[in-house]
Amino acid sequence: MTRRPVRRAWAALKLWVPLGAWLTFVLAPYAWMFITSIKPPNELYTKAVRYWPGQPTFEGYRLLLETTPFLTYMRNSGIVAVSTCAVALVVATAAAYCFSRIPFRGKGVMLFGFLVTQLFPSVLLVLPLFLIMRSLGILNTPPALILAHSTFAVPFSTWMLTGFFNAIPRELDEAATIDGCTRLQTFRYVLLPLSAPGVAAALTYIFIYSWNEFIYALTFTADLRARTLPVGLQTFMGEFIIRWDLLTAGGVITALPIVFFFMLVQRQLIAGLTAGAVKG
Amino acid sequence: MALPLFLLSPALALLVGIVAYPIGRAVWLSFHRLEILQPDLTRFVGLEHYQALLQDPVIRIALQNSVVWVVGVVVFQFLGGLVGAIILNRRFPGRAVVRGLALIPWATPSVLVALMWTWMLDGNYGLLNDLLVKAGILSRFQPWLAQPWSALPAVILADVWQGIPFFAVMLLAALQAIPEDLFEAAKIDGASAWRVFCHVTLPLLLPTILITTMLRMIWTANYMDLIMIMTGGGPGYSSLTVPLHAYYTAYKRLDFGYGATIAIVQVVILAAAIVLYLRQLRANEGMVQ
Repeated sequence: MTRRPVRRAWAALKLWVPLGAWLTFVLAPYAWMFITSIKPPNELYTKAVRYWPGQPTFEGYRLLLETTPFLTYMRNSGIVAVSTCAVALVVATAAAYCFSRIPFRGKGVMLFGFLVTQLFPSVLLVLPLFLIMRSLGILNTPPALILAHSTFAVPFSTWMLTGFFNAIPRELDEAATIDGCTRLQTFRYVLLPLSAPGVAAALTYIFIYSWNEFIYALTFTADLRARTLPVGLQTFMGEFIIRWDLLTAGGVITALPIVFFFMLVQRQLIAGLTAGAVKG
Repeated sequence: MALPLFLLSPALALLVGIVAYPIGRAVWLSFHRLEILQPDLTRFVGLEHYQALLQDPVIRIALQNSVVWVVGVVVFQFLGGLVGAIILNRRFPGRAVVRGLALIPWATPSVLVALMWTWMLDGNYGLLNDLLVKAGILSRFQPWLAQPWSALPAVILADVWQGIPFFAVMLLAALQAIPEDLFEAAKIDGASAWRVFCHVTLPLLLPTILITTMLRMIWTANYMDLIMIMTGGGPGYSSLTVPLHAYYTAYKRLDFGYGATIAIVQVVILAAAIVLYLRQLRANEGMVQ
């Protein structure tokens, strides 16, 4: 009689202990960032580290938003990320439709070439791009970043979208054509609605990439006019290295939209991420 | 042919303009001395930068650090990712959510990763120091990022943390693609869990492992955000890697020509490493068959 509950408890232990350890390892740094952000300054720099603030406060957030250009950085990041999403999605969708539905010579080479561009180090590209952007006169403006981010987001989003389009049976296209749909109509009324989750995943990938990108943003921007959040946070780290309450508050606000979008489409995003690797 | 060309042209225009042309410009830069403030004085210097490379004492340190960085990061990310994939592969309620949560570090900006870990590794108020001292492993707090011997390992730790979830999800996908009956057949034959892992799971995971590891190596070798923010390559040159050396040469010393040269050398070494890796793979495959 007593053996079964014991065995069941043991099985549960064997499952949840490693799982708990794994989740702690992954999530603890976020928890610590949040806890730090609600500590009042006098509890931050104590001899013994306190694991939970005696008097939690959101003062750090208020100071961050009122006394620093954080909101300007956030606005710049929003402008760049949303524009990048628009540009990169249109470009990648057109390319993915082509790869998925139109037979043409050199397709394999072309798709491979798209992915190879991902392998070049940013440091190789960022030096000449800096000079190019300078001669175009768009240094320190959002378009410089939109252009760079779109380009580097396109290959992978194309790859993902091609996979999602390929998963839709061609018979549906043919049926629509027989019913008198043009190519554009077939795309608009058949392919696009059916691949909506895939498009959402690609969009999220582009957004995350652009929102997070650091090296190009650091190199192409010089001041508040175009600086994005990652660069802003990095300058904070140099400037008020002692104000960890403000820094972590900024970190929490930066992470929120990413975590939100990510959790929303994580299933499709993971499907898109892993599609290539498993077949490979 | 007209339609595909029309649909692909925006993507091609971007890739040619923002990737291919700059690569060409980088090669051009490596043969020139660029005067950033007086472009008229820019002149052709032939192989001068490449010769300077041979005399550069810093590049040697940077190369060593790069090797330690890539090997350290990829080995620990792989091991951690494998453990994670095995944990996440079991059936339990809420698995999809847990899998999503586990991948969040992948979607976290590198600046944030740097910020969180710089704070946890802090020499005066760091959580990690506190825990290690309380556990009796350390006798006093260490300024991890400010000591030459520990700076690079500390940044490696942060990057391993950021990259393990991605590895785990890749391996998990491959794990789930293995047909269930293979495990059952092995079990019926009386194989222990360890033997099943060695003789069924691992061989079937191998293609995914090899591809993911290669992509990770390339990506890690080129990745410089974390090091730049956490240590700036210091103290001294103790955590300076090759791409970081290239970047600082260009932007701190304003020597774009030499910076581009270092970046090109990085690409060449990496390409050679990939070719060797792929050739080794093919040779091993031949041996098995």
